[in-house]
Amino acid sequence: MRIRTLIVTLSLLAAAAPAAADARSDAKKQVEFGIEVAQRGLWREAVYRWERAAQIDPTYAAALNNLAIAYEHEGDLEKARIAYEKATGLEPNNASIKQNYELFKEINDRTTRPATQ
Amino acid sequence: MTVRHAQLLSSLAAVFVTVACSSYYEIPIETPIRPKLDVSAFQRVLVAGFVSGGTEDVDGNLETTRLLRSQLRTKSDLRVIDTDVLPLMDVASQSRGAGATPAATAGTPAAIREVKDLEPYEQVFANVEYWKRIGEEYQNPLIVTGTVMFTPLSRSGIVQREQEVFDSVGRRSVVPIRTYMERKGFTLQPRFVFIDGRTGTTLYSENFREEILYNANQTTPALSSYFELMDRLLPNFLSTLSSQKIKGTRVLLQ
Repeated sequence: MRIRTLIVTLSLLAAAAPAAADARSDAKKQVEFGIEVAQRGLWREAVYRWERAAQIDPTYAAALNNLAIAYEHEGDLEKARIAYEKATGLEPNNASIKQNYELFKEINDRTTRPATQ
Repeated sequence: MTVRHAQLLSSLAAVFVTVACSSYYEIPIETPIRPKLDVSAFQRVLVAGFVSGGTEDVDGNLETTRLLRSQLRTKSDLRVIDTDVLPLMDVASQSRGAGATPAATAGTPAAIREVKDLEPYEQVFANVEYWKRIGEEYQNPLIVTGTVMFTPLSRSGIVQREQEVFDSVGRRSVVPIRTYMERKGFTLQPRFVFIDGRTGTTLYSENFREEILYNANQTTPALSSYFELMDRLLPNFLSTLSSQKIKGTRVLLQ
């Protein structure tokens, strides 16, 4: 019985691993294309690609980092903040993501600075 | 150096370590910042003048009015009204004469030397009738006014600076040294008040503070220090009225 359970578990894991790898591979293609179009200034297309990448693989921090940058460029600071938070949550030690987020916060702080009436 | 700057520097240093392990692409971005104030109802802006104090070397009222008008002319869609600067200190004194509240009738200092000296004049910005009248006179513009304090500053203490040294074979290096220094400079503390010319009411106000320090033996004219400090806070002032684009670079990851 135990052996059978072990075999079933291993079979399930073996089936799931390529699926996860496929998801990352598909997401990576979207990320790569997004980078290409962003470099040509086509930010809306880049947003679409990186949103797709984040949908395909929600654990892909690079996709969320890039998406945050694109939202920043489009002026959607709230969406950028959420994407940066997800990216830093997934990879808290990634220095590039941290640096991007710090630079974003400097700008975001300016716009949310409380006023006096 | 602020904590944030230190954090940024350490992050930058760490980036160089991690980039070797992953693909990254530096990309320039321009972040559009929406104005803090919706000024779509106004076609014109009147920089009315300021209650100013501090050093007598700079006329904070005149200089600030001139500078803001010229900035708004080129960096906002509003039409800037050219007119004489309003005598706000006189207006404040007059309204105190006819004044109703005990606070308003309190004596004002002969000269404004410190921020607290401005307090008796603050009520002029709440004088709805006065601003409404000004609004009617200039066809209901957005009115920009406020206070400007530009005061001398001196500070002494231990500061770290870099010094060039040469070793026995003439090799140059730069080492940080800590020395006691006396420094002098200025503090600029403006408060910008935005008033609806149609109703005379305050829409928004914001306080700023910037300071600059030089070596005590360095002679820098007060006016150039004033412009240097205003230059730092102008983007923030302008972002209240018009959308701005902030340029920067970010790192895309693969």
